[in-house]
Amino acid sequence: MSTEDNVIETDGLVKSFKGFSAVSEVSLKVRRHHIHALIGPNGAGKSTMFNLITKFLQPTSGTIRYNGIDITKAKPAKVARMGMVRSFQISSVFPHLTVRQNVRVALQRKLGMSFHFWRSERVLDGLNDRVGDLLADVDLESYQDTMAAELPYGRKRVLELAMTLALEPEVMLLDEPMAGMGTEDVRRTAELIRRAAQGRTVLMVEHNINVVADLSDWITVLQRGRVLAEGEYDAISKDREVIEAYMGGHHDT
Amino acid sequence: MSTNEMSKTLGPDGGGGALVVGWKANRWWIAGLIVLAVAPFLVYPIFLAKILCFALFAIAFNLLLGYVGLLSFGHAAFFGMAAYISGHVMKEWGVTPEVAILIATASMAVLGVVFGMIAIRRQGIYFAMVTLALSQMVYFLALQSEFTHGEDGIQGIPRGAFLGLVSLESSLSIYYFVAGVFVLGFLFVYRVIHSPFGQVLKSVRENEARATSLGYDTDRYKLLAFTLSATLAGLAGATKVLVFQLASLTDVTWQMSGEVVLMTLLGGVGTILGPVVGAGIVVSMHNLLAEIGSVTTIVQGLIFILCVLVFRRGVVGEVSAWLRRRRSTKKHPRAG
Ligand SMILES: Nc1ncnc2c1ncn2[C@@H]1O[C@H](COP(=O)(O)OP(=O)(O)O)[C@@H](O)[C@H]1O
Ligand SMILES: [Mg+2]
Repeated sequence: MSTEDNVIETDGLVKSFKGFSAVSEVSLKVRRHHIHALIGPNGAGKSTMFNLITKFLQPTSGTIRYNGIDITKAKPAKVARMGMVRSFQISSVFPHLTVRQNVRVALQRKLGMSFHFWRSERVLDGLNDRVGDLLADVDLESYQDTMAAELPYGRKRVLELAMTLALEPEVMLLDEPMAGMGTEDVRRTAELIRRAAQGRTVLMVEHNINVVADLSDWITVLQRGRVLAEGEYDAISKDREVIEAYMGGHHDT
Repeated sequence: MSTNEMSKTLGPDGGGGALVVGWKANRWWIAGLIVLAVAPFLVYPIFLAKILCFALFAIAFNLLLGYVGLLSFGHAAFFGMAAYISGHVMKEWGVTPEVAILIATASMAVLGVVFGMIAIRRQGIYFAMVTLALSQMVYFLALQSEFTHGEDGIQGIPRGAFLGLVSLESSLSIYYFVAGVFVLGFLFVYRVIHSPFGQVLKSVRENEARATSLGYDTDRYKLLAFTLSATLAGLAGATKVLVFQLASLTDVTWQMSGEVVLMTLLGGVGTILGPVVGAGIVVSMHNLLAEIGSVTTIVQGLIFILCVLVFRRGVVGEVSAWLRRRRSTKKHPRAG
């Protein structure tokens, strides 16, 4: 496998919190245009990995490369501007902005006017068509003027996805995008992720094993901060250690 | 969010051309201007000018607390230092009032950048503590340095003539001058809040990590907001000096920083009119309670506690929430 095929490469990544290693020596490779699932019991270090890769946390040691560029010292906003956009495990929308405004904030950065405090926000109205398209894509059209805080939980997570998609990211990191959703929402969101992954790379933490089986091209299993196994779903699902890790721990699905 | 509601009821924007667009859309702006114009014939103009100066100060402070979520506990540094600078250049250099205000305000923009760079790296209570520490340094400077005249302050500052043409010596003329400055400051903040920049600020307030993940360097937005806020606080202080013809230590104390927090919370944080109403209440309260002397602070504290308990959103916040509830019951009578 040549280096160019990997969008993300971590090398010996370590993160300690006051002596406790949440992530130990993880070397993760994410192939371009793969949907790559990161799974493992609670506390395995999945979210910490996301925080490290997107630079919300500084690693204790190790390096991170994105498209071959060393981003170990980059700032999180910079990484986002380079095309690697994350979502959060807890629902992260702007609660007291409307659904339309939420998506518009995501879109407006590319206009290059975000420091223009002297302009009327009506210059942003030009984005409304694009906002409409994005919201139509995720079935949120009828909620445009609703405050994000008032959306049902599942719809909030979908709004988040729409905001991420608005940036047209090269890589999306989704941390438990379906946690807390009902079956119908899970089905719709899985479909949406599949569509959004066209021509993109997705790194996803997900506990719903059916979704993982269905969507992912490649799986990395983490346990206590270390890589326990890697491979395609069929191989992983038969791996003894993985089965034990899941039985030994508790399951979150 | 009440500000978005308000942007609809208050009219399209704060631009100068807005007033000719239509009576209906702009009736609140026009009503406000009429109130400002006739008020000095009903109430003592110097008292009104004082309210407007503090209202501008509170609006400046609220830009930071209400729209970015940053609680500065050192805004008196900008208010008070601008007062000294404006007083000094009026008295010693003999410049016209608008030039004095410009010099003092621009100086606070510079001080705002410097203090902002130090403070915005901290979060929450630490941010408040750093701003407090910095403003105490300014207080110390004001106490020690020569140009402020220490305990005496700068006294007998002339009001001069606007553009060298219109004398501001009479109460009425200084009132209209202050009202003009206030309106400009108000429109400016209104525009900032309803600008592309304002949208990013609100998103930082709502969820900073998410704003970062959308590619915004949130520290840079906070720094610009801090600087704008400091500049406007300076504008308020520089203007106040012309009204009272005195720049004193009172304006740079930590109590003054606390006063502006009080005004904003009382009136309604994160609403455009809240700080104005809050300033009106606090200044009036001071005047009423002045007669009873030393218990003023106690009474003020009690009123504050009561308000926080009863109107958690501040006066304007509660009123607009009530209006919103009423409107939505009208629209969906059953849901009400
Ligand atoms: N900021 C932090 N400070 C201290 N410990 C942390 C911090 N973040 C995560 N941890 C710990 O690191 C471990 C991994 O957490 P996390 O990455 O959230 O796991 P996962 O997402 O796989 O459930 C947990 O034991 C958690 O308590
Ligand atoms: Mg997690």
